[in-house]
Amino acid sequence: MQLTVWTYEGPPHVGAMRIATAMQGVHYLLHAPQGDTYADLLFTMIERRGKRPPVTYTTFQARDLGKDTADLFQTAARDAYARFQPQAMLVGASCTAELIQDDPAGLAEALRLPCPVVALELPSYQRKENWGAAETFYQLVRTLADKDARPTPREGRRPRANLLGPTALGFRHRDDVIEVSRLLETLGVDIAVTAPLGATPADLAHLGAADFNICLYPEIADTTCRWLDKTFGQATVRTVPIGHGATRDFIAEVAARAGIDPSHALDTSNLPWWSRSVDSTYLTGKRVFIFGDATHAIAAARVARDELGFEVVGLGCYNREFARDLRAAAALYAVEPLITDDYLVIEDAIQAVQPELVLGTQMERHIAKRLRIPCAVISAPVHVQDFPARYSPQMGFEGANVLFDSWVHPLVMGLEEHLLTMFRDDFEFSDANGASHLSVLSVAETGPASVSPAAVPLHHPADGPPPPAARGEDKWSADAERELLKIPFFVRGKARRNTERFAAAQGVATITLDTLYDAKAHYAR
Amino acid sequence: MSPSAPLAIARCATAPHAAERPPVLRERGQREVFCGLTGIVWLHRKIQDAFFLVVGSRTCAHLLQSAAGVMVFAEPRFATAIIEERDLAGMADCNDELDRVVDRLLSRRPDIKLLFLVGSCPSEVIKLDLSRAAARLSNKHAGATRILAYSGSGIETTFTEGEDACLAALVPDLPADRSGAASLLLVGALPDVVEDQFLRLFAALGIAPVHVLPARRAGAMPPVGANTRFLLAQPFLGETARALENRGAVRLDALFPFGADGTTDWLHAAATAFGIEEMHFRRTVAKGRARAKRAIAHAADRLAGKRVFFLPDSQLEIPLARFLATEVGMVPVEVGTPYLHRAHLARELTRLPAGTPISEGQDVDRQLDRVRAARPDLTVCGLGLANPLEAEGLTTKWAIELVFAPIHGFDQAGDLAELFARPLRRRAGLTV
Ligand code: SF4
Ligand code: SF4
Repeated sequence: MQLTVWTYEGPPHVGAMRIATAMQGVHYLLHAPQGDTYADLLFTMIERRGKRPPVTYTTFQARDLGKDTADLFQTAARDAYARFQPQAMLVGASCTAELIQDDPAGLAEALRLPCPVVALELPSYQRKENWGAAETFYQLVRTLADKDARPTPREGRRPRANLLGPTALGFRHRDDVIEVSRLLETLGVDIAVTAPLGATPADLAHLGAADFNICLYPEIADTTCRWLDKTFGQATVRTVPIGHGATRDFIAEVAARAGIDPSHALDTSNLPWWSRSVDSTYLTGKRVFIFGDATHAIAAARVARDELGFEVVGLGCYNREFARDLRAAAALYAVEPLITDDYLVIEDAIQAVQPELVLGTQMERHIAKRLRIPCAVISAPVHVQDFPARYSPQMGFEGANVLFDSWVHPLVMGLEEHLLTMFRDDFEFSDANGASHLSVLSVAETGPASVSPAAVPLHHPADGPPPPAARGEDKWSADAERELLKIPFFVRGKARRNTERFAAAQGVATITLDTLYDAKAHYAR
Repeated sequence: MSPSAPLAIARCATAPHAAERPPVLRERGQREVFCGLTGIVWLHRKIQDAFFLVVGSRTCAHLLQSAAGVMVFAEPRFATAIIEERDLAGMADCNDELDRVVDRLLSRRPDIKLLFLVGSCPSEVIKLDLSRAAARLSNKHAGATRILAYSGSGIETTFTEGEDACLAALVPDLPADRSGAASLLLVGALPDVVEDQFLRLFAALGIAPVHVLPARRAGAMPPVGANTRFLLAQPFLGETARALENRGAVRLDALFPFGADGTTDWLHAAATAFGIEEMHFRRTVAKGRARAKRAIAHAADRLAGKRVFFLPDSQLEIPLARFLATEVGMVPVEVGTPYLHRAHLARELTRLPAGTPISEGQDVDRQLDRVRAARPDLTVCGLGLANPLEAEGLTTKWAIELVFAPIHGFDQAGDLAELFARPLRRRAGLTV
């Protein structure tokens, strides 16, 4: 048993739902108890979809166990087919149904439904959401792809690629697909099929007719791309175009695969100049901690160091399936790879390295908020704020612009940093006001974030432990404490912790003015 | 029974008078409701030194996280012990594993005085006996933490039944009331502010002592005995009521405290049981009652005559439909409830407009067909259904807010009406 407070990934059948919901003409029959229907709200509330996910839950109850759960399953399958008339059906079990071993595959087959039925085996007690999504996509493609499909001769037509991996409930998948499609269009590459997002089972039949595949989200599409390579000999473009450099590499890789001139894709990104311009000097060496799914975390590390001039002080991912890739990336930045889905371990790691910026998921956003560290979200797990109304891709040249803005924005900005220091004693320029453009960092804010797709019980205040800065105050002499207050609030926490750590290391019992400045000198860089 | 079986029209057996028996459509098809684990989201805020440990799967953990609103609290007083492959394969003994997890938890959180082991579908299907585990662990941690068990599984409980199961698990443990004097017990987890309002009202009425289940602290749980008279604050507390009756306590029958009339009737049941003089009762509640009526009037203008459809969610549907029908003039088109407790709701049912269609259980696709056919002005439904129905042009109210938000009593009656009025006002106001 694993003690879990928050989870980075749902169960594997939620991954399957992300595929079914992304597609058109697919229906998923899930053998599951009633409570599992909560998963619908992920799509209808968090992603704001205007349609119910195409999922029928059998919602068996205790009284059905041991007698007619199998019946229930078959009736539900027949009814779902009759009502929704899908082109293809997925059938499978959730964690509870897996235990009662009704054999959805056999039961569905016995029904001889007049459409292809793909039976999913998603081991709920071993695997998680991303794996479930990848496996479901793979099984659908295997079943539905026409094995005889092949590209027409290349002469007289543009090259053709499949765009694989975007799903429902994906972090910015909607906008990434638009951005990458535009990019391919300017390059002169046609998109054969985009899948699973927006694809029908009939579309999947034609996958083999493309010249090559683009694996946009390896967490979802890697297994499928390998199979397509084996079956149809289609090569895979594997560069994930997140960041300016990666987008250029992506263009080069696509051009090489397609045998075309890469110069048609115009570099429209503002990121290089925005980063070179003098206002950005203050970004130099900002210490950044990065955590997310492996693909987004690895991509973020490259952008952070090479394109914004940050220092990467932590890098990790929650999906073990991609641990090897992450370890390789961590070696590039000479940091310990952090591969875990234990929220508390990540919180400790962030606290230990005291970064100036956290790039993470909603979990790290929350940790950072408690520790009063600026944060930007770069990866799933998602919540409602990760589905902005505006166009906001992570990929391509526009994506690079978005990264610049959304990562730099949380930081206290260049001149402002100095102004805050110069005028900190001005009564109207109180620390408590925080940076002018930041409401999220307001010092007063310690309550619960109103981030819920569901209603948050607002009448019950949060009761988390106090921020670490509040501990160990008794060690401080009065004058050192007063001096500490003169340090701007956004670095005060760090100064306090560094000084305390320094004092502990030196065996100093009471922190004096000298200790404070000795520590400052010690940690100077 | 299967989802496609013909719908059975059952007759309500326990309603007092033949003329008042409502027709009840009983459905046993696909349900779109939460399981009882969801109750943890509000219960863990209510009992401030209690911790809820779900013994379940990744699905259970994900449900709690999704229902609680992702990551609202850094370290909330609930967690999931996720059963893994090795537990199922017999490589690890589930009970040993559970002991290990509980030890780790309690060493991290020594402030926890009451730990609930909460059963889930997986723990029930593998027949992990959490009551026995709780007894064993209670011995082990005696003096520091009391450990109880209940089931919040989706195969046994629907949404608010989780609170019922939790409170019912507390009852056998309550101290015996040997005072020999009558006492009033208020039953149901209410927001503190509402609970305090009620306690002030009971004090003003001259009813004492008044206890509350659940108490805010594990060490302050109320005594119970033959002289206990209890008022249910929620309509979904059937098991808790039965457990209290087993301890000799007597339930006071009343409307549930929603709206001016519901709250008056509910308070009146207590006043009568405690021999409070009628004139004093009226004087005491007059002010609150008048305030409630005034507050309701604001929303009533907009709501009167509007047709409302309740999908089954929390078992609050019948009392709320009664409130909307009798106090703001709405017309219930169908009142769905996951489970109809005929005895506890008998009084409510008699106040619903004659012939109001009631459905128990669910067959969600068929029910949505009825919603589309009826095109009500307002549909009260779960989070999974709200946006899809809005996209079809129907106005909806999230049912879950009715469970989380303070809606009981005189001073929340206006807020309660407003919860229903706001979606309509918003739709009328938007031009996009
Ligand atoms: S329905 Fe059962 S398996 Fe699903 S979340 Fe609820 S308790 Fe867990
Ligand atoms: S927010 Fe205002 S003060 Fe701060 S850097 Fe920008 S312009 Fe300057």
